[in-house]
Amino acid sequence: LRAEDKVTVHFVNRDGEKITVQGNTGDSLLDVVIDKNLDFDGFGACEGTLACSTCHLIFEKDVYKQLGPITDEEMDMLDLAYGLTDTSRLGCQICLSKSLDGMTVKVPESVSDVRQSVDVGTTTS
Amino acid sequence: MNETKDCFWKRILKIYGNTRIVSVCSLGYLGTRSVASTAAHQPKVCIVGSGPAGFYTAQHLLKNHQSLQVDIYEKLPVPFGLVRFGVAPDHPEVKNVINTFTQTAHHERCSFYGNVTVGSDITVDLLKRAYHAVILSYGAEGNRSLGIPGEGLPGVYSAKDFVGWYNGLPENKSLEPDLSSETAVILGQGNVALDVARILLSPVELLKKTDITESSLEAIAASKIQRVLIVGRRGPLQVACTIKELREMIKLPGSKPQLDPADFEGLKDVIEDLPRPRKRLSELLLKAAMEKPVGKEAERQAAASRCWGFKFLRSPVEILAKANGARAVGIRLAVNRLEGSGDSARVTPTEGREDVNCGLIINSIGYQSLPIDPAVPFDYKQAVIPNTMGRVNQAPGLYCSGWVKRGPTGVIATTMNDSFDTARSVLQDLESGQLDTTSAKPGYVFVKAVLEQQGVSPVSFTGWEKIDAAEIMKGKEAGKPREKLLDVAEMLKLARA
Repeated sequence: LRAEDKVTVHFVNRDGEKITVQGNTGDSLLDVVIDKNLDFDGFGACEGTLACSTCHLIFEKDVYKQLGPITDEEMDMLDLAYGLTDTSRLGCQICLSKSLDGMTVKVPESVSDVRQSVDVGTTTS
Repeated sequence: MNETKDCFWKRILKIYGNTRIVSVCSLGYLGTRSVASTAAHQPKVCIVGSGPAGFYTAQHLLKNHQSLQVDIYEKLPVPFGLVRFGVAPDHPEVKNVINTFTQTAHHERCSFYGNVTVGSDITVDLLKRAYHAVILSYGAEGNRSLGIPGEGLPGVYSAKDFVGWYNGLPENKSLEPDLSSETAVILGQGNVALDVARILLSPVELLKKTDITESSLEAIAASKIQRVLIVGRRGPLQVACTIKELREMIKLPGSKPQLDPADFEGLKDVIEDLPRPRKRLSELLLKAAMEKPVGKEAERQAAASRCWGFKFLRSPVEILAKANGARAVGIRLAVNRLEGSGDSARVTPTEGREDVNCGLIINSIGYQSLPIDPAVPFDYKQAVIPNTMGRVNQAPGLYCSGWVKRGPTGVIATTMNDSFDTARSVLQDLESGQLDTTSAKPGYVFVKAVLEQQGVSPVSFTGWEKIDAAEIMKGKEAGKPREKLLDVAEMLKLARA
């Protein structure tokens, strides 16, 4: 793939750390998370089949407006997502395009947990 | 398994993070971090139950601790609990979580022992001797009872049994539900109720491509059920199902919704201010009830030979029996009045009664956890193990996750988060020393000796994979993902072959 087919994405993980990776245009954000071995606990449980909400991501307002239309089925799953916001989408439904280059997406925290400092194996790279 | 090696490692890494596996993969750009264990000995933990709660708890423990051993015990020879026996056969996407669970089971510090019933083959006290921590994730294997006369009549089934029957749960293989009447009544309006309604009404051509059992498919193909009424105590704004399942019902091929517009009058203004999930669910329901279908949808509904509907503000008071008392032929419902609004609205029964003729009644008012061992505290009122963040109250070394921890509600993601929480509590207690690992525990070696004495021989994950392969092969012949084995003896034979 040529360099112009690469899209830079900054993920902000649940600990607030920024992880910058490059994905291929046409890949979904879930694909990127898997390809780059990004360590977001439980992300993409149904493997991109619109049967769960674990690949929920929060976008910047301007970027959110650029994203493609949202289907009822995606909305249905988002209804069940933890920490739903007005700029939430499912990562499996968002495909990378050049216009999204440099965007920052946030992995929402799960609400039920009380963060504890013993996640000794958590990846920080 | 046509997954490439590269892809396989990617998936493994996705689950376990990179800390242990990087050296194997030599993915240089991923940093490693070595973690010194604070424990003097390898922490040994066991999990009771291999459904989503068990596997998600195991996943989080293995990923976030560098030396801990996890052994998962399962009553049946086959793993995955309600993913296999609860999730509807026409929802194969949800079952994708099995891929992740399988990778967890293959982890070098994880072992699966099927065919072991904790509470009878081995007590929890003995497990506590073998392990530093025992995590109870055995779910909810009971069904709440209606507590009304006639509940035990032929023709009345618990949703748990009915779902177990079409999903191949060995204990339900001989249920043979009577599907010879025209109307079925389902009590309860949650997702299980809608799953059951959908399976009863779905065209057989759709069902036969799923992993529904052959015997239940045959019974459903011969079913006379034309109409399914889904009954709830409260009103349209309190239905317990989620929107995906409702949308599926509304679109169900060959069936049309029959909703009484009178039930929905005046609700349009109310739903504007509801939180988003409830608002969208109510809007969809209202649209189906109040708007006349047009175009293709009107044609579809006109051609539909089957129908379904919601009945609101009704509570069952009595199953009506045939004159000779041999079977159920109907149900008497009390008419309720709703008091208050929103999720906390309550009902009071009025004097009003309504009788509905039906030959099939399915109680889907909820699953229920049961106590498995006198050594484990149990809250009979809430039907959960009393706990704080997954730590069983007044029982050091005992933990719980999933439905037995918080009650039988929520989707898989709910159980996932809940299980991660419990795993965090375990990790925190290991770190703080609250879970004492200064003495070594024997783990499975001890359990093995106990089981041998009992004449119980566990099924390994490799054993399950033999069953799995046989089921997939059998399913292939029939053009379905798998044909589940229904007989425990047959499973055991295959696993040990």
